[in-house]
Amino acid sequence: MKYLLLLIPCIACLWVPLYNGIEPRLAGIPLFYWFLMLMIPVSSVFIWLASKVEGSDS
Amino acid sequence: MIDHLNWPATAVFVFFFALVTVMGFVASRWKSGNLEELHEWGLGGRRFGAWITWFLLGGDLYTAYTVIAVPAVVYAIGAYGFFAVPYTILIYPFIFLTMPRLWNVAHKKGYITGSDFIYGRYGNKGLELAVAFTGILATMPYIALQLVGMEKVIQALGFQGEGMMSHLPLTIAFVILALYTYKSGLRAPAMIAFVKDIMIYVFVIAAVVIVPAKLGGYGAVFDAAAKAYEGKPNQGLILSPAQIAPFITLAIGSAMALFMYPHSMTGVLSASGPKALRRNAIALPAYSLVLALIALMGFMAHAAGIEVTNPQDAVPQLFLKMFPSWFAGFSFAAIAIGALVPAAVMSIGAANTFTRNIWRPFVEPEMSPGREASLAKLMSLIVKVGALAVIVFMPTKFALDLQLLGGVWMIQIFPAIVFGLYTSWFSGEALLAGWVVGFGLGTYLSWGPTAWVPTSLVLGYGAYNGIVAVVANTVVAAVLSLVLRRARGKIITGDFADAPRSA
Repeated sequence: MKYLLLLIPCIACLWVPLYNGIEPRLAGIPLFYWFLMLMIPVSSVFIWLASKVEGSDS
Repeated sequence: MIDHLNWPATAVFVFFFALVTVMGFVASRWKSGNLEELHEWGLGGRRFGAWITWFLLGGDLYTAYTVIAVPAVVYAIGAYGFFAVPYTILIYPFIFLTMPRLWNVAHKKGYITGSDFIYGRYGNKGLELAVAFTGILATMPYIALQLVGMEKVIQALGFQGEGMMSHLPLTIAFVILALYTYKSGLRAPAMIAFVKDIMIYVFVIAAVVIVPAKLGGYGAVFDAAAKAYEGKPNQGLILSPAQIAPFITLAIGSAMALFMYPHSMTGVLSASGPKALRRNAIALPAYSLVLALIALMGFMAHAAGIEVTNPQDAVPQLFLKMFPSWFAGFSFAAIAIGALVPAAVMSIGAANTFTRNIWRPFVEPEMSPGREASLAKLMSLIVKVGALAVIVFMPTKFALDLQLLGGVWMIQIFPAIVFGLYTSWFSGEALLAGWVVGFGLGTYLSWGPTAWVPTSLVLGYGAYNGIVAVVANTVVAAVLSLVLRRARGKIITGDFADAPRSA
């Protein structure tokens, strides 16, 4: 479970066809850029979740 | 020489530079310890809690060179330059898993460098040397590039000079840096990192709010950039099909390389414990967001009509055009101080590595702790003088090429370090053979007819050379491990676990 949580943001940010476009824009920013920038806090949340799932180390 | 100097900007710049200089010297008394011991001078006594580690690692990894280079690539070719964002996303899950293990074993065994761990794990001096050599070789050009970042902003202040004189301000700045690093060790960059990071945050937030507002919003910024790339192959707001595979492999490879560098390990090992590191894996992405926003400045430069022949001048010129002089000076100071922190940590990391893993095992096995620390201090000076000499006497291109190769080389120690954190199955000799293959192949692939290139075609797809080479490296190491002697190190599985809760 911990590994899955850590893997999700990695796969999402490397799956280029998913976000390699201009539309839809967000506040004028093309999809490519807002998606990648959004993935930064999202990855933080997933790492935080991973730290909650199990004890500190395994 | 100073006829064209922008005085308000220069005054603000000099003020902040002087401030951090004082801090650098005062830092020797901070969280005081015996600076005549290597783990005190070179790791700050392993006493940096989650907050200090956040500032130190942030200041260490997101360097002045990054602040100049990433928007420069975005300015020049667009979306491809944004590979830095997935790259920095990939780092943190990796840190979260592996670095607490490295910290635990290093703390238990008194390791100061990655190569210390390698010797402890595999009992193989050759592999220890290979890892140490790779780290130092790749760090030198990296330090040199910090100087390039610094020199860009000094030029933007209006400083001009002929020949040797053109490097005068840079030399002064670097001598000061060398002196306080010599005196205070890792405590100096840790303390300066506070100022540097806060300044970077201020200038980035101001820039991403004010500049687009002046230019008609983000929509207008991107439209203007799209026009600038129009009709040019492999430039644009999104990736061309041929760029996708290089984009992905470059992100993965850069992430794999980053924490193999001695300066990253120094930052990690100076933390006060595995908890501080895990918290940082969650909190450090805040810097990635800053990096992404800085990358966008490459587009803003197009919208502001900045035309430069060297893309690395795009951001400094953008600031001069969009902001009052004093704020441009403040931003330039942030970038210059942003060069000092990583340059200091890099020189300390390289010095620790040289002392521990080259000098001690091969020249002077019976070193006293005091002798170890004084040799490392001396080495930190030599490393910095070397980097300065590269910038003063060699074309900048030389440092850039070495930096590109440095990443490819650095990944080649990934199997030894990271697999070693989980298993003792691999043989030290086999990993050494893998390293030789990976190092050679990576260098060979990067050799182009006219220039060094980061990617080559594999099965019809462009791929980052570091990744191709490390795959070959791993295959060789795994196959030879079947036949060669296994690791003979002195580490047991329990050494990687967190220490039981104690006082």
